Amino acid sequence: MGILIDSRTRVLCQGITGYRGSFFSHRAIEYGTRIVGGVVPGRGGQKHLNLPVFDTVEQAREMTGATASVLFVPPHAARDAMLEAIDAGIELVVCITEGIPILDMLRIKERLAGSQTRLIGPNCPGIITPGQCNIGIMPASIYQPGKIGVISRSGTLFYEAVAQLCREGFGQSTCIGIGADVVPGMTFVDCLELFRDDHGTEAVLLIGEIGGAAEEEAAQYLAAEAYPKPVIAYIAGRHAPPYRRMGHSSAIIAAGKGGTENKIQALRDANVIVVESPVEFGMTTRKAVR
Amino acid sequence: MKVHEFQAKEILRNCAVETPRGVVCHSLDEVESAVTELGGNIWVVKAQIHAGGRGKGGGVRVVHSEADALSAAKDILHQPLVTPQTGPEGQIVRKLLIEEGVGILSEIYAGLVVDRAEQRVVLMMSPQGGMEIEEVAAATPEKLLKIHIDPDTGLTDDDARRAASFAGIPDALLDKAVGFLQALYQAFWDNDASLAEINPLVVTDQGDVIALDAKMTFDDSALYRHPHITKYRDLDEESAAEIEASEAGLSYISLDGNIGCLVNGAGLAMATMDIIKLYGEEPANFLDVGGGATTEQVIAAFTVMLKNKQVQAVLVNIFGGIMRCDVIAEGLVTALRQIGTEVPVIVRLEGTNVERGRTILQESGLTLITAGTMDDAARKVVQAVRG
Repeated sequence: MGILIDSRTRVLCQGITGYRGSFFSHRAIEYGTRIVGGVVPGRGGQKHLNLPVFDTVEQAREMTGATASVLFVPPHAARDAMLEAIDAGIELVVCITEGIPILDMLRIKERLAGSQTRLIGPNCPGIITPGQCNIGIMPASIYQPGKIGVISRSGTLFYEAVAQLCREGFGQSTCIGIGADVVPGMTFVDCLELFRDDHGTEAVLLIGEIGGAAEEEAAQYLAAEAYPKPVIAYIAGRHAPPYRRMGHSSAIIAAGKGGTENKIQALRDANVIVVESPVEFGMTTRKAVR
Repeated sequence: MKVHEFQAKEILRNCAVETPRGVVCHSLDEVESAVTELGGNIWVVKAQIHAGGRGKGGGVRVVHSEADALSAAKDILHQPLVTPQTGPEGQIVRKLLIEEGVGILSEIYAGLVVDRAEQRVVLMMSPQGGMEIEEVAAATPEKLLKIHIDPDTGLTDDDARRAASFAGIPDALLDKAVGFLQALYQAFWDNDASLAEINPLVVTDQGDVIALDAKMTFDDSALYRHPHITKYRDLDEESAAEIEASEAGLSYISLDGNIGCLVNGAGLAMATMDIIKLYGEEPANFLDVGGGATTEQVIAAFTVMLKNKQVQAVLVNIFGGIMRCDVIAEGLVTALRQIGTEVPVIVRLEGTNVERGRTILQESGLTLITAGTMDDAARKVVQAVRG
């Protein structure tokens, strides 16, 4: 079980001939991910990594039956690559690219509304259903199949949390890095909805951070839903100074908003178990899941 | 990227947004000639620093004579200005904007920002000009109108008129106000701004609608397509250490504590600061070397971090995902040999090829303290600074 992807998911790589596209497609194939082709405008008809390369996503989808696409394209080309994938009816688009202009993302969000596409990212590490399918740049060896769903805004803190889960004997159903941009595709709430209905997921770990109100929105959703599974959460940046962007474009406390206190209180009010220290992901999950 | 008020006004004027006439000055001589050039009998002397709250810090003065203008300028120029956003040491004022005074009939707030929840640009409008918009939102939410803008249509006539009318602009000036707001929106959208705040926007006794103050920030990710905005970057407004770090591709923010932190990934870097605080000590900095740090970046990171003489110990916390731990370890060893620091360095490596990475550290002959987990590393660094 798990959400969004499994061993049957057929995946395209947009930008497969670039250094990163090539490197991570190769790794994904080694892991067992069904990468079925690549898309690079002007390179249609060629082969790369022994896979067919197409000029357009539409051709690639028709010829390979792909339902997912991962993007390793430069920031200035990312908007059009995403629009192309959405218009071609790709169900899951995973955008790894960092540094996409915010106003480009606003255009993408307009196009996503009313489409059949879900977008993960941009500026994200990707998504993995351990043992089945790995899309993106996550170090697959640290993940183990199991019953905890994980959703994270950050990358390496996400790996740290997963390593702690594994140390305590908790595998994962699906892990999603939703990314740290100001305008993300899927949100905590979108992912929580899917985990709620997944029989393979027993509990969800949510890794948030300062900036924005995505954690408060998650809390509001969980409370309104009387969410049927335990949710555990950590919010990074408790001691971040205000008005300073902490690396991620979305991680900023300004005008008294976006701090951890509000987020943690909202989550507690929604019966979420809050991880007090970033070295206690494993232990806290053990307490929450009996 | 932040820009100064006079730069924001230059950008706005180029987009047909009206502003008062003004001259940028770097010296008292320039102030004197600016006053003459502008003419009239009332001027405003405005400190140009990036931090907000300049008025509260005494950085904005209305003057009625050339002598007063000079004495105000003397008070402000080359002095540190402390505002609620600068920190206690303040920011040195290197430029002044001298503007003509205008006869104000009413002060209005107009702001454009990307609304993260709605994922659209939002126009915020209030008749309470001159106040912080967060205060208006908290105290009198009925005096704040928000209009979310469809990127396909832009700011429509109807919406602009509704906003202007809500803010109390007289009927006779509504057309002017609509033009003002649409030009403001165009300036925002065409330049990939992330904030455009006109506070106050004023209606003058001459029947004009103008931007008395202007604050704009721009999306760093979009600067590649706006070279004219990039030119406005003012390195004097940034700390030397932060400039050095950004040139090496590092994300660095200096803080008040004594434990230097070198971490890969912003989330893990924040979590590392969090655990140092939990164990009762203070981080000296936030430093993200990126997901795949190179040897050169690690060297640059140590160099920047150790320039801060408050640093008494360094915690290196790396979760090697794509970047293999053996590569990171090589980088660390090279960096430390080159820099030769006296402060204790605690290294925690985890992830891909971690065993090889630890072996490299052990065989380096450097006096490093290694740690197995993040918890272990945090305890050891705290112990190191406590002696």
